[in-house]
Amino acid sequence: MEELLRVSDLKLQFRSMRGVVKALDGVDLVVHEREILGLVGESGCGKTITGLAILGLLQRPQAEITGGEIIYRGEDLLTKNDGEMQSLRGREISMVFQDPLASLNPVFQVGHQIETVVRIHKGVSKRESRETTRKALAEVGLPATDETLKRYPHQFSGGMRQRVCMAMALACGSPLLIADEPTTALDVTIQAQILNLLLRLREELGVAQVIITHNVGVAAQTCDRIAVMYAGTVVEEGPVVEVLSRPRHPYTTALYQCLPHGHTASELQTIPGSVPDLISPPSGCRFHPRCKHVLDVCPTVKPKPVQVGDRHWVSCFWATGEDGAALGGDDAAKSVDDAAQRAKVTS
Amino acid sequence: MSLLQVDDLTVHFHIRRGLGKKSIDTVHAVDDISFAITEGETLALVGESGCGKSTLGRAVLQLRRPQSGKVLFDGNDLTAMRGEALRKMRRRVQLIFQDPIASLNPRRRIGDIVAEPLIIAGVKDPQKRHQMVSDVLAAVGLDPALVMGRLPHEFSGGQCQRICIARALVLNPEFIVCDEPVSALDVSIRAQILNLLEEMKTRYGLTLLFIAHDLAVVKVVSDRVAVMYLGRLCEVGPSEQLFAKPAHPYTALLIEAIPVPDPDMRPAEAIAVGEPPSPIAPPSGCRFRTRCPRADARCATEVPELRMVAAGQYAACHYPLI
Repeated sequence: MEELLRVSDLKLQFRSMRGVVKALDGVDLVVHEREILGLVGESGCGKTITGLAILGLLQRPQAEITGGEIIYRGEDLLTKNDGEMQSLRGREISMVFQDPLASLNPVFQVGHQIETVVRIHKGVSKRESRETTRKALAEVGLPATDETLKRYPHQFSGGMRQRVCMAMALACGSPLLIADEPTTALDVTIQAQILNLLLRLREELGVAQVIITHNVGVAAQTCDRIAVMYAGTVVEEGPVVEVLSRPRHPYTTALYQCLPHGHTASELQTIPGSVPDLISPPSGCRFHPRCKHVLDVCPTVKPKPVQVGDRHWVSCFWATGEDGAALGGDDAAKSVDDAAQRAKVTS
Repeated sequence: MSLLQVDDLTVHFHIRRGLGKKSIDTVHAVDDISFAITEGETLALVGESGCGKSTLGRAVLQLRRPQSGKVLFDGNDLTAMRGEALRKMRRRVQLIFQDPIASLNPRRRIGDIVAEPLIIAGVKDPQKRHQMVSDVLAAVGLDPALVMGRLPHEFSGGQCQRICIARALVLNPEFIVCDEPVSALDVSIRAQILNLLEEMKTRYGLTLLFIAHDLAVVKVVSDRVAVMYLGRLCEVGPSEQLFAKPAHPYTALLIEAIPVPDPDMRPAEAIAVGEPPSPIAPPSGCRFRTRCPRADARCATEVPELRMVAAGQYAACHYPLI
């Protein structure tokens, strides 16, 4: 499969009143054509930020990308200017958000909202944009009638609103869809409908997807591969069957064991402690204070992703042996150079 | 012996077209619901959003007065109680809410928040209060010396839920309504809180009404499960039995719709079409019939009663699956 998107060693920080939040610390991801990648992790681990960073939707100067690259079809998106990103969004990469009501404008008819997107990105006539809109609505399973087009967001239920958002995201035929918690605001029966729809969009339109979710169950049922995030880093990325049935990273294992499903034991497994504050994150591997298998090297050196199988990477000294430790120092110096280089390019 | 018995409980909300105007519509939030909880048992109440599960929980505690029906707690009818008598009774029943951060006053210290129920209950000796608060905070896994002087914003969601649990436990109640206590929490924290609730249940001899929408969670914590749809009970039964052999098509659908963290399974195909109808104008007969694959003409005219389908398992369906 052809590589569509590659995020490598992405580093991002926010300026806040309390200090600098090191939100992303070396995110590595690969999305192939027609592939569904699940991005899972607990709240605050940087899943959404990664999605927004790919689309260039983070607010500057509060958010600052300090390293890494985002390669989409051979081009680094981080070197593009605002205008170029604007024309790329919607046409090449689209996004749907968690709360469909908040992502639609309450005072415009949904038909108008979708048509506007189509007209801006494709530069087509009003009539053509209306046709495209109808097609998009049909694709997401809504009746493509005038009545649907003329309704306002509040006249739809939650599940239908999410379908409208998806129609809007897909209307321009973008090959990559980033879905940020697309079913979290929905009930289970509606959730199953939307998940089926996401799978169908891949089958019928070949849309590659990044599904951001905190629900491992959702990822397991829809994705080909998953990337597990913890405190701003991807700790493990690989084929969903591999990662869930034979997790290599201690965090993946622990996360899976916390799930209530299928446990007959009266006591659920827990991960001791809580998610770290990213203003002063733990040194070395960010999971080390909560890790059962912590080694001497873990608190000092950040592990790099090591390939352990077909399209399967793990960032953990315990899982892959300590050989990676030697790399750590060199790479740290290199990323500083990279950042300096980038600063020159952008200025 | 059942600690709590609910008989034909009905809660309606009236929609008015302006202040003091005549009501134009009625939301049938809870309709004719009866169930009982035995001492020491955890009954889970599940259903999708808007099905009336929280309203039912609040009506049980008389936080919203029901239109009709009875709530017998330890043999006393709570719906007939007023004022001081009800306040006294409420010391024995407590409530834990979904959003732990929103349910703590941001400007009060944890020690004061947890001591508040004691003040209301008339524990006048400050030293005794301090001791009781310390004990309960230690019981929920927090260090009283560190915690009591701090404010809610200094704590994470999971810790705030521990504080809410401590506040509910400080009066040593017999019965607690937990309204989605873990749905705002992350999985790793959720497991901690579920384990804590289980531990507290044994330690304090609690009976729980556990309201949740997540069936995977319910399966772990409950002894019995009651399934609600649009204000009515569909099915009640022992947890394991109900998960293994659901009798009501809606229960079967809910179980099938849980996303299982097993990559060999794809999302449920045979999912019910459409979405729940409005509780303002619920369908006649069986309320689930508009989405049910087994529905026929009888379901439109005749309201199904809860009938026994297996030992301890009751379903309100004309054509149960077992």
